Amino acid sequence: MRYLFFLISGLLAPLGAMASEPTQGALGFQQPATRIMERVISFHDFVLVIITLITLVVTGLLVWVMVRYNKRANPEPRKFSHNTVVEIVWTAVPVLILVAIAGPSFSNLFYQENEPDLEEIALSGDLDDPNVFVEAAQKGWVTIKAQGNQWNWTYTYPDEIDSSGYALEFVSNPLQTDLSSDAPHSESRPRLLAVDYPMVIPANRYIRYQTAASDVIHSWTVPSFGVKTDAIPGRLNEGWFLVEEPGVYYGQCSELCGRNHAFMPIEVRVVSESQYADWLALMKDGDFDAATQLVSKISPMDEAARLAMAD
Amino acid sequence: MPMDELTLDHGHDSHDHKPGFFTRWFLSTNHKDIGTLYLVFALLAGIVGYTLSGLIRWELAQPGIGPLTSIMEMFGAQAGDEAIEKAKQFYNVVITYHGLIMIFFMVMPALIGGFGNWFVPLMIGAPDMAFPRMNNISFWLTVAAFALLMLSMFVPGGAGGNGFGGGWVLYPPLSSLKGHPGPAMDLLILSLHTAGIASILGAINFIVTILNMRAPGMTMHKMPLFAWSVLVTAVLLLLALPVLAGALTMLLTDRNFGSQFFDASGGGDPVMFQHLFWFFGHPEVYIMILPAFGIISHIVATFSRKPVFGYLGMAYAMVAIGAIGFIVWAHHMYTVGMPSDMKAYFVAATMVIAVPTGIKIFSWIATMWGGSIDFKVPMVWAIGFIFLFTIGGVTGVVLANAGIDHALHDTYYVVAHFHYVLSLGAVFGLFAGWYYWFEKMFGVKYNRMMAYAHFWLMFIGSNVLFFPQHFLGLNGMPRRYVDYADGFATWHMWSSIGYAITLVATLIFFVLLVEAAIRRRKAEANPWGEGATTLEWTLPSPPPFHQFNELPVVKAEGGH
Repeated sequence: MRYLFFLISGLLAPLGAMASEPTQGALGFQQPATRIMERVISFHDFVLVIITLITLVVTGLLVWVMVRYNKRANPEPRKFSHNTVVEIVWTAVPVLILVAIAGPSFSNLFYQENEPDLEEIALSGDLDDPNVFVEAAQKGWVTIKAQGNQWNWTYTYPDEIDSSGYALEFVSNPLQTDLSSDAPHSESRPRLLAVDYPMVIPANRYIRYQTAASDVIHSWTVPSFGVKTDAIPGRLNEGWFLVEEPGVYYGQCSELCGRNHAFMPIEVRVVSESQYADWLALMKDGDFDAATQLVSKISPMDEAARLAMAD
Repeated sequence: MPMDELTLDHGHDSHDHKPGFFTRWFLSTNHKDIGTLYLVFALLAGIVGYTLSGLIRWELAQPGIGPLTSIMEMFGAQAGDEAIEKAKQFYNVVITYHGLIMIFFMVMPALIGGFGNWFVPLMIGAPDMAFPRMNNISFWLTVAAFALLMLSMFVPGGAGGNGFGGGWVLYPPLSSLKGHPGPAMDLLILSLHTAGIASILGAINFIVTILNMRAPGMTMHKMPLFAWSVLVTAVLLLLALPVLAGALTMLLTDRNFGSQFFDASGGGDPVMFQHLFWFFGHPEVYIMILPAFGIISHIVATFSRKPVFGYLGMAYAMVAIGAIGFIVWAHHMYTVGMPSDMKAYFVAATMVIAVPTGIKIFSWIATMWGGSIDFKVPMVWAIGFIFLFTIGGVTGVVLANAGIDHALHDTYYVVAHFHYVLSLGAVFGLFAGWYYWFEKMFGVKYNRMMAYAHFWLMFIGSNVLFFPQHFLGLNGMPRRYVDYADGFATWHMWSSIGYAITLVATLIFFVLLVEAAIRRRKAEANPWGEGATTLEWTLPSPPPFHQFNELPVVKAEGGH
């Protein structure tokens, strides 16, 4: 029964209610927000079917031998201990299954890992290929650096110069750390997930994120994006993603980093390009509160943008 | 054969002359007594490790920080924010020591030190281990290591609390002066160094014993599979532990003598520690499971009244698992920023392990096939092992894929996976072995009804405990969190209910031990009948203080 649940859950996860945060009693992944995560989920579901079948076969065999060959049903044991054909089969079949898994595994891995060549996509990308985003490629990268600190994240937008001449940079602190100073939490600001100044990115743009750390190792992740990259002192790691739907997406530090490891959440607000531009302008002027207020309501993309995206 | 000369040492003694209490238990050089010491030690350490896991499940039963705060208040923290801040660090300490104790001081001493010492010499027809005094040192160093570990829990670590709270993987810089400036981490390093020396000495002892002291006629290819499993395990220990020792020493000099191996500001690299650690750490997980594989093979054959199916395949599958285990370590590190080609290699190498593991699972079932299965207590534990290990194995195939692992790394899915192979796999193998050999070791019978109740409650409880953790992990619940987003509450509550069920099971286990000790029902030499073909069943229960004064001769057609 459990396996059925497990199986169904995995398969249904992408069809469930929109959720970019943990859902009570959920059995599978959070709703995917990127092509990367869609591919992770469909590949995972494929592997899940295989492992469920393997588990069912092993369980079935176990039940069969327990029923058929218990001492009442079979008082006199047979004495064989070899069967070359069977041994070759149960060595070769798993090899074939693994080869079948390895194919999609590698293509999935390389899609996530290898940064897309935006110039090439812009010039010759296939508009019908769900894996590339031609219009976004034409606009180039949006680069953001996430630096892990004990215990908050510093976001830097190296290409955006603020009013004092430096790259835009701000610290994103948790709203709750389970102390008496905590902000009250509400439906729209979920406990332990919300931050004071969220990371804000435009929808339908290629995002290049970099991770670094100032003290110990942290790990930057957003489950619905399907990305997770350690932030390590002395290293600058890099990854990419593209979010199509505006919305609020949450993640949590995923490498043990000391006392407040559970209290350095990641909140990403994905907004339309125009809202992003307005937010940037306020941030560059140093008015973080007004900027954050601006993205507290995320305006859905207008119909024209939606249609342009569908093309 | 030098065998005859070796046995002369013991040969002249009278048959069952036991030394006095202190000499026998504190200065012991007898493999059976040392095995018993290891088992008692593992039992005690296991109680500590299991209590720590109880604290974890108690704390995580509901969102918010509760029980640990009360504990901190009991130890003098001011109620309110101070107690909560201390509780956060204490939680990290609890998970760290739970992991270290269960790995180094429960599973390893029980399976290798306990059953290995007891039954490797008996099964291969040897009078004792090759180096009895080294055996003694191995055991007492393990005790010393455990004392150091316990001590380290109660001295200042970091973040204003006692003990080291950086996880059993000890990643710097959290384990460096920056993360944990206090002496707790230094004591912990000393503890693991000591435990490592103990294990290396033990490994040498097993290798020499198995290679040199088999009874006449017992070729390697006639050796019982448990001896094979301990041989492979010992080789893994011998090759893997020095690497851990190197990494620990570098960490120690980083902390105390100003070196900067893992300090990026001095040109070092924290990721190098992870490579070294997992070069040890991955073989380590096979070190924990291989002896259980050996035990399960004997139990399945015994209670099916059939020889092990595909004996050579079973032996060399373990050799293959051990060998491949050394070339897959970086699958624990898919998120550190490795090149994609390197990840692809580790994906492929990791998945290969499924092949020999599959051979083992199928061979156990084929051993039962055509047999006459008697569902005695050890057999139900063994069947439980095969089922649960299969689940843990297939989720391993999922995690092997770096692409999926980017979503699941450091989530509860990983926690569920390794508890299915260790807490349910290795531990079920351990209990299977315990109930299989209990009467042989201690000469008394246990209450079978209690043992069945122990099994069923443990089976149900640990599944309720760990299966929902797959769901938590898929939904994004990160590991090592003292408090979690409210959406995770339902499955965390179920997980804690599962722990409560295992607690009842564990209490029954202890009642069973006390009952058996009080009643003292005399055990037979071979309670399992004709299916039990290995040499230990030819001896009385318990075996004489010195056995095989005349070496048994294994006939050409002797069973495995």
